[in-house]
Amino acid sequence: MNDYWHFFLNDVFPALNQGLWISIAVIVPSALLGLALGVLVGSLRVYAPAPVRLLNEVYVSLFRGTPLVVQLFFWYFALPHLQIGDLRIVLSPMSAAILGFTLCSGAYHSEYIRGALLSIRHGQIKAAQALGMSKTQTVLWVVLPQAMRRALPGCGNEIIYLIKYSSLASIITLNELTGIGRTIAKQTWRNIEVFVALGLYYLLLVTLATLLLQYIERRLALPGFSHARR
Amino acid sequence: MTTPQPILRVEGIHKTLGDQLVLNDVSLTVNRGEVKILIGPSGSGKSTLLQCLNFLHHPDQGRIWLDGREFKATSRRELCAFRQQVGMIFQDFNLFDHLTALGNVQIALIKVKGMAKAKATHRAKEELARVGLADKMDLYPAQLSGGQKQRVSMARALAMDPKVLLLDEPTSALDPELIGEVLAVIRFLASAGMTMIMATHQIAFSATMAHEFLFMEKGRIVERGSPVHLLAPGATSRTMAFCAKINELSGDLGMAERRCASSSSALADKPQGGHGTT
Ligand SMILES: Nc1ncnc2c1ncn2[C@@H]1O[C@H](COP(=O)(O)OP(=O)(O)OP(=O)(O)O)[C@@H](O)[C@H]1O
Ligand SMILES: [Mg+2]
Repeated sequence: MNDYWHFFLNDVFPALNQGLWISIAVIVPSALLGLALGVLVGSLRVYAPAPVRLLNEVYVSLFRGTPLVVQLFFWYFALPHLQIGDLRIVLSPMSAAILGFTLCSGAYHSEYIRGALLSIRHGQIKAAQALGMSKTQTVLWVVLPQAMRRALPGCGNEIIYLIKYSSLASIITLNELTGIGRTIAKQTWRNIEVFVALGLYYLLLVTLATLLLQYIERRLALPGFSHARR
Repeated sequence: MTTPQPILRVEGIHKTLGDQLVLNDVSLTVNRGEVKILIGPSGSGKSTLLQCLNFLHHPDQGRIWLDGREFKATSRRELCAFRQQVGMIFQDFNLFDHLTALGNVQIALIKVKGMAKAKATHRAKEELARVGLADKMDLYPAQLSGGQKQRVSMARALAMDPKVLLLDEPTSALDPELIGEVLAVIRFLASAGMTMIMATHQIAFSATMAHEFLFMEKGRIVERGSPVHLLAPGATSRTMAFCAKINELSGDLGMAERRCASSSSALADKPQGGHGTT
């Protein structure tokens, strides 16, 4: 028993803690940028003129239709081989991961946002226009505040997924939680202990995120906007 | 008597929706302080006409003047400026569900008129008090009755200081016991000189304050005149026949004729002809 504690305290926790910070450094910006992208793309898919709408549809089908691993490989391994003129983009593992996760989760967020936008009664849009609001003002002040509340459960789930699929960053050599876990497991041959601990770290992250999302939902709750979460 | 001062004038409005000619050469003028009532069977184009008057539908043909100036919907900015001057009340209220009563009245003042928040709050409170909702300001639409919602929507439109108010069956979605409170506000507005065009089935009520009835059928105004004439006892107008039919449908068989007649006799002491503003 003593040996276990020793192993966890001296080897597993310090290393995983380091990885935890790197995971957080990937997850937080990806979640925020992904959500922002999703709101933009979702709004454009509903309200933009046809060519712009089409472009956004293509983006969404592309990123929902291909495996995330392939997308990450592309940003990290393939992009440097694309040379446009003198321009060649080489991304660090961290940047490639954030880019990949943002683009992927943005596509999914846009689905939830789009559905929520379409659920807003058209009468309210007419009323806003009758008051002299421009199209942009209508979307910004009438439609989005309601749509965001409707989309929140779906977008929240997407963020929970993101926490878990952030582990894929390890395959483009980023030493986040999973990457570090694999390294210790290889070095010590104590797979059970390491991977159970690793799982618990993710469980902790997901639990914290769930609590945070529930708090936000409660803060934004309004009479007439029922939430059907879970 | 002051000379009539046209606030809103439209000429030759045509509108096709789908493959149906919904408005066929509609013209009308409403002068300052006048109340015009649109009546007619379902599908005759009343809602479409009202929505053309503030460009929620763009007419296919026709010209519109507001307060003496012809309006051509050339730029979006002008369109927004035009709509601010033409208030609109909808059958199903269309309140913004995420805002309180106060927020509903305030938002366009702040975002569209660029009013400072404190000033907009003050103005919104005034308007809500005017429609008798001073104590409901902080409630959300989901917490209000239909009649209260419609009164909030009227406060919201009135806060913009419109030159003319368009009302599309403002009481049709209400339970019978809630209709009175909305009609009271409309009556108050009429007496205060608000220029209005209202589509409604409340014929007896509107006869008491309308300067003109416009009877629509199949996208045309087929009859127009003062309620006194159209609803005179024994009149053979379309309006009279329609009124009788509505009353029949609402269950007062036999009473119908008398009710239509009595709604016009209530007008007997009301001056007719060119009305000045109060
Ligand atoms: N978006 C649309 N596309 C096609 N046809 C439409 C559309 N909106 C309305 N119409 C048709 O236009 C006609 C006029 O409709 P409108 O709503 O103006 O009538 P209304 O007089 O207001 O009727 P109601 O008393 O039922 O409100 C109807 O025949 C309707 O079917
Ligand atoms: Mg209608």
